[in-house]
Amino acid sequence: MKRVRVPMIGLLALAVVLGPLTGVVSAQSQGIFIPLLVYRTGPYAPSGIPIANGFVDYFSLLNERDGGVNGVKIIWEECETQYDTKQGVECYERLKGKGPVLVNPYSTGITYQLIPKAPVDKVVVFSMGYGMTAAADGRWFPWVFSFPTTYWSQASAVIRYMGQQEGGLEKLKGKKIVHIFHNSPYGKEANPTLEDLARKYGFELTLLAVDHPGQEQKATWLQVRRLNPDWIFMSGWGVMNQVAVKEAVATGIKMDRFIGNWWSASEADVVPAGEAAKGYKGATFHAPGTNFKVFQEIVKHVYDKGKGAGKKEEMGAALYNRGIVNAMLSAEAIRTAMAKYGNKALTSEQVRWGFENLNLTEQRLDQMGMKGFTHPIKVTCEDHEGNGPVLIQQWDGKKWSIVSDWIAPMREVVRPKLEAAAVEEGKKLSYTQRDCAKEK
Amino acid sequence: MIYRETGQFKSSYASDQAIFPIVQDRVLVLLGVAAAFVVPPLMANDYWLQAVLIPLLIYALAAIGLNLLTGYAGQVSLGTGGFMAVGAYSAFKFATSFPQLNIVVVFLLSGLIAAGVGLVFGVPSLRIKGFYLAVATLAAQFFLVWLFNKVPWFVNYAASGTITAPARTLLGVMVTGPQASAEARYVVALGLVAVFALVAKNLVRGRVGRSWMAIRDRDIAAEIIGVRPLRTKLLAFGISSFYCGVAGAEFVFLYLGSAETLAFDINLSFLVLFMVIIGGLGSVLGSFLGAGFIVLVPIFLTNAPHLVGLPLPVALQKQIELMVFGALIVFFLIVEPNGLARLWQIAKEKLRLWPFPH
Repeated sequence: MKRVRVPMIGLLALAVVLGPLTGVVSAQSQGIFIPLLVYRTGPYAPSGIPIANGFVDYFSLLNERDGGVNGVKIIWEECETQYDTKQGVECYERLKGKGPVLVNPYSTGITYQLIPKAPVDKVVVFSMGYGMTAAADGRWFPWVFSFPTTYWSQASAVIRYMGQQEGGLEKLKGKKIVHIFHNSPYGKEANPTLEDLARKYGFELTLLAVDHPGQEQKATWLQVRRLNPDWIFMSGWGVMNQVAVKEAVATGIKMDRFIGNWWSASEADVVPAGEAAKGYKGATFHAPGTNFKVFQEIVKHVYDKGKGAGKKEEMGAALYNRGIVNAMLSAEAIRTAMAKYGNKALTSEQVRWGFENLNLTEQRLDQMGMKGFTHPIKVTCEDHEGNGPVLIQQWDGKKWSIVSDWIAPMREVVRPKLEAAAVEEGKKLSYTQRDCAKEK
Repeated sequence: MIYRETGQFKSSYASDQAIFPIVQDRVLVLLGVAAAFVVPPLMANDYWLQAVLIPLLIYALAAIGLNLLTGYAGQVSLGTGGFMAVGAYSAFKFATSFPQLNIVVVFLLSGLIAAGVGLVFGVPSLRIKGFYLAVATLAAQFFLVWLFNKVPWFVNYAASGTITAPARTLLGVMVTGPQASAEARYVVALGLVAVFALVAKNLVRGRVGRSWMAIRDRDIAAEIIGVRPLRTKLLAFGISSFYCGVAGAEFVFLYLGSAETLAFDINLSFLVLFMVIIGGLGSVLGSFLGAGFIVLVPIFLTNAPHLVGLPLPVALQKQIELMVFGALIVFFLIVEPNGLARLWQIAKEKLRLWPFPH
């Protein structure tokens, strides 16, 4: 045993000295650097893998087909977070040294960590459809973007959808709606909006929390059974969703009255429940499936060259497509900035301008082979959310399909609340409001 | 050679009972601490400070706290994460309710609150021991985290349930909040851990520490020679929780910036317990070594493939990292069950007899 001690001490000393050193690598020279915080392992990996693959495949497409955005290469590096906030921060700090222009945290927890750092480090935080809803007020949070929509808009759109199904929002009066949520900042995000809407439309709202990671939900579903609600809305994530869907089936809930939010509506959430999950609905802001020209392009330029990040058959999954949308929006924001600053490796301030002035039109979507894939978006200095419409998709036992038109959120309810929350959150971080009129 | 003691005579009780009776030790530690204060703030970049050294110092403080309880007093605890959460949430409440309060005072007060909570959860320790006590403290872990998640008052009714460290200055320098420089945070964390390590060292070599160790080694014998078990055990719980509470407050204020209860889940308790076991039970130095091991080795393993020009896919890399890290821990504990601190002790003994160790 004594003999191993000496090399052991040596090994440890080496690790201690070299460990952090290795994180310090020189800045990126050519191209635009985008760090990718991914979780391909850990409890949330089934959701994390398709998102990461979608991202990488779209960036690969741009690099392979067009040589990047307008000929400027996109350089990315993945860092594994396991959906763990501390590891995410470590990743961010490590990759920060390479001069990133934007970061997609892909976790509400990590987003909350990065929001205060964003103006100091000058890195755009693009939390697409997650993160802190209040940060969608660009006057208080110039570096944070959450378009195309936020949790609050989603909640209001889902309530509007429920109203439509009942034959008018006024019919919601007296109805019982349950919100089942992941007991974390993410899951709680929709609660205040739902409470407001409950007061406004007179439905009876019950909030039921499920603790991380969500394997144990018996108590929750006992309550659901006792309440016998008319509608269930769920803000779940990871393993919590499939357990919930299975429990709902066992409880005898009408599946078409059970709507997940857009993190509770992927294949991984419904497949384990089998046939019985048929009818389960979910919110989304882009179409599922591969019936768009962009997918043929990806196959042609990426997969046929053997450069695909995942398996070809897995394209079109809900979360894979979300990765595509996220990468596309990032690239389009960079393209917008290039129209002003030229086709070169941009600084993060310039990219921020691109985000703030993004105007993604129907025509542009068509050009990219994404007509109907997602909604056009216009971002402004005040409004980092866009107009935030939501689709409802339904599981037919084999695949997701869209079953609604674009549902507009209740801007008149959401926006004033959002602005008030932005003031509060901004004050916590000792921010000052900027004057958007002066920035044209 | 380095540790030759020829000519070092102890002619008073004071010199015999000094923390570091050997001159070389004293010089080494003083130089080390001085270097820790000067070198990293001047040399290290943000990544080093913010993602490596600051968490290392904070974990070391928590590990000292747990070591006092588990290593010295022999009370196994799995509630560290919960006590850290108490520190963090009370620091948040103090800092937001009394904005003019000095941030160090906030840390100390939140440590006191954590100590109070620790005392309450220490009460069963009179009747139960070992694994059973571990389960009782596990209850503390789950209860406290549940409580902070459940009662909105603790987060000032924030809808998201997260706490954010407000910006505060110390002697005119910004030390918390997003604008605070990593250097300032580092120096504060280091200063606190240095003071508390010194206090811990003095505690454990004095009357209190001796009574803890007496309880740890054989409680009935300790009782016979006049150690009062409940008082001694509760004191260990209180002081240990104080340390963990301060570490928890620093965890949010100096390291993360904002946190949800998930940051203080059972994994954190295990992590700190591993630090204590790997570093060495019943050793203040071991707490630092253990924290260093747990923080640095995974970072090294993540970066090692890049270093030798072997870009592996991140998922594979993470899985390899977990396996290697797990294997390393097992290997270590087989080779040196008394932890890293014991390795240092052996090295020192060898150096004292160098070049002819036996």
